[in-house]
Amino acid sequence: MRINWLRAAGFPAILAALTGLAAPASADDLRIGFLMPVTGPLAQIAKDSVNGFRMYLDDHKANFHGATVKLIVGDTEAKPPTAVLQAEKLIKQDQVNMLVGGVLASEGYALAPVSTREKVLYISSVAASDDLTQRDAAKYPYFVRTSWTSSQPSHPFGEWACQNGIKKVAVIAADYAFGYEVVGGFQQSFEACGGKIIQKLWPPIGTSDFSPYISSIKPDADAVFILPVGGPGPLQLPRQLQQAGIIPQKKLIGAGTSFDEFVLPQMGDEVIGGISPLQWSAALQTPEAVAFVKEYRTKYGKVPSYFSEANYTTALTIDKVMEETGGKWPGSEEFIKKLTALKIDAPRGPISFDDLRNPVQDIYIRKVEKTKLDGYPQAELWNTVIKTYPHVSQFWTYDKNQYLKQPVYSRDYPACKNCE
Amino acid sequence: MNRRRKMLTGLVALLVVAAAMPHTTPFLLMLFTRILILAILAMSLDLLLGFTGIASLGHAAFLGLGAYMTAILAVRYQFGLGWDFWLVAGFGMLLGAGTAAVFAVFALRARGVYFLMITLALSQCVWGLAYRWDTLTGGDNGLNLPSRPVLGPIQLGNDTAYFYLVLAFFSASLLLLYVFVESPFGRSLVGIREHESRMRMLGYNVWLHKYIAFIVSGAFAGLAGVLWAHASSEVSPQDVTLTTSVDALLMVVLGGPGTLFGGVLGAVIVLLLREYLSTIVPWWPYVLGAMYIVAISYLPDGLLGTLRQRWRPAPVADAPSPEPLRRESNKGFNINQGGIK
Repeated sequence: MRINWLRAAGFPAILAALTGLAAPASADDLRIGFLMPVTGPLAQIAKDSVNGFRMYLDDHKANFHGATVKLIVGDTEAKPPTAVLQAEKLIKQDQVNMLVGGVLASEGYALAPVSTREKVLYISSVAASDDLTQRDAAKYPYFVRTSWTSSQPSHPFGEWACQNGIKKVAVIAADYAFGYEVVGGFQQSFEACGGKIIQKLWPPIGTSDFSPYISSIKPDADAVFILPVGGPGPLQLPRQLQQAGIIPQKKLIGAGTSFDEFVLPQMGDEVIGGISPLQWSAALQTPEAVAFVKEYRTKYGKVPSYFSEANYTTALTIDKVMEETGGKWPGSEEFIKKLTALKIDAPRGPISFDDLRNPVQDIYIRKVEKTKLDGYPQAELWNTVIKTYPHVSQFWTYDKNQYLKQPVYSRDYPACKNCE
Repeated sequence: MNRRRKMLTGLVALLVVAAAMPHTTPFLLMLFTRILILAILAMSLDLLLGFTGIASLGHAAFLGLGAYMTAILAVRYQFGLGWDFWLVAGFGMLLGAGTAAVFAVFALRARGVYFLMITLALSQCVWGLAYRWDTLTGGDNGLNLPSRPVLGPIQLGNDTAYFYLVLAFFSASLLLLYVFVESPFGRSLVGIREHESRMRMLGYNVWLHKYIAFIVSGAFAGLAGVLWAHASSEVSPQDVTLTTSVDALLMVVLGGPGTLFGGVLGAVIVLLLREYLSTIVPWWPYVLGAMYIVAISYLPDGLLGTLRQRWRPAPVADAPSPEPLRRESNKGFNINQGGIK
């Protein structure tokens, strides 16, 4: 009996001794806590993200204008409570200067309060929850985004769809904030221009068998908007739509992540013709983008997804701020001031920031095509850019104050007045 | 005398942990706070699995209800952020007990694997509520608690202070549950586990005894939920998923069912492997998986159960052993239950 108890009590002592070996922070270090769901259903996304960030670090020998960068990865397991624990660990134990990362909207919503509580900068390189830089921006003064708001690409896309012959749309989207916000933004601009959303179906995150949803798609829809999230869903939904004969009979459109390069290479020909909006496409033909894709592909054997680009650009953004400070850590408040004043030329295109700390950037309408690009020998699936909307802010063409008065997009807002 | 020695070692171990933790790293302090909370959950489950011989796959529901209640009271009514925190802790236990009382009416009609499935289904209902009722629960985004309670001069926002609060709740739970399982009522539960039909023949109201055990178990799981909500100042449907229930079950099985403290040991091992190892190596899931396989293949009585058997002095022949060998009891809850009625 006694020995068991002693063992139980001995555990922390041993571990404490182990952790004591960690080197203390030196003055010119820049310590970055990187929170990603390294294990679990979003592991591929996390891998793309870490690779993107690492690539920039490797390119610059982990030296940001004199500051030696230490990247410490924390595994959130795609669970908000674990994300909070790891964030607190990074702040209190590893004494990081900033947190970067978070993928799911729920992770973003869980991490932002940590940044406020601990007064530590949090840069969201992926998590796109609208309100963090909209209605709740004042609550989270230490929060900056280098990625996007979920509805940011949707606003121009709604207008584009309506102007390009799509009239009635059925939606199948993941049942959580990201799904609501992407679809809500699309619906708002699409219906303002005369289109109709005639159906909204909400499968839970991680759904892989969509047949109950597919069988209830209304026959008079002329396009299906898809947004599957988590596990094998992103690969399964287009395939099942094709098996059910829905596509190519109806047009296939979706969110920026639906045909993103993190799954595109594994997808079949059923997604050809799929149209989606995003601030990134690996098929962009600017010199920055082509060089980025080439280097990434050589290094990791895979076309960079938006997650890779987003985190590469986040590293680039941090580097630019350190350039202005001469490699000295200026403190969170000062860092945010300098960061949001930046104008950056990223692989995705030019980026600036609005006063709510969200990027203003180009949004591309992309169409999946099988073609040869960038000098690669085999024909592959690419998100070919068919239209560019320059300098799109999170408020699109709406008046900011007016926009902020309407509620955040949800399952019930905007109401589906053309359903049934 | 054995009992006194057990209590003494328990007390010493708690004092050692209490004295040592503030001197370790901030991360270990936060991690052990969570370990102790999940240990309360595991102990509450052990009451059912180890002592009564019924395996519940729905304990996340009680944890989740306690956590969501705490968060909703704090976010909507600013309630439970001062001395009224004690009321919330009480409410958490009541809510856990009340829900368990309702669940048990349905669940206790079944046995064995059917009991497992009903508790699973009921807890999935709670998950559905948390995920779908987003005006109240925030849906998938969850709820962020404004702050931890302030008890007069004690700021629980301080991790050390919160650790001691949790340690106090843990010690109290351990003591209460220990008294409970050692009581004549607790022995009757073991009797039910070992031979349900004999207990019935002896005149025990078997259903009622199981019912009460389920309610007590739910109460402590609800308490764990209240503490859990404040640990990360955030609740999300993730807390109520099947994974949480399975984790609790694995902690008990790993540590040793029917030992009460086995669940604590299980919580320590699972969380240290998962949360601590994950900060060091990326292949931690393999270690955890291998651990489960080894434990189930070679330690069917759990770590504590196996150690106890090995180090137990020659069995005392007089009184019937108060802690029957686990091998028999495993059989008990699989076969005896479905046997003679």
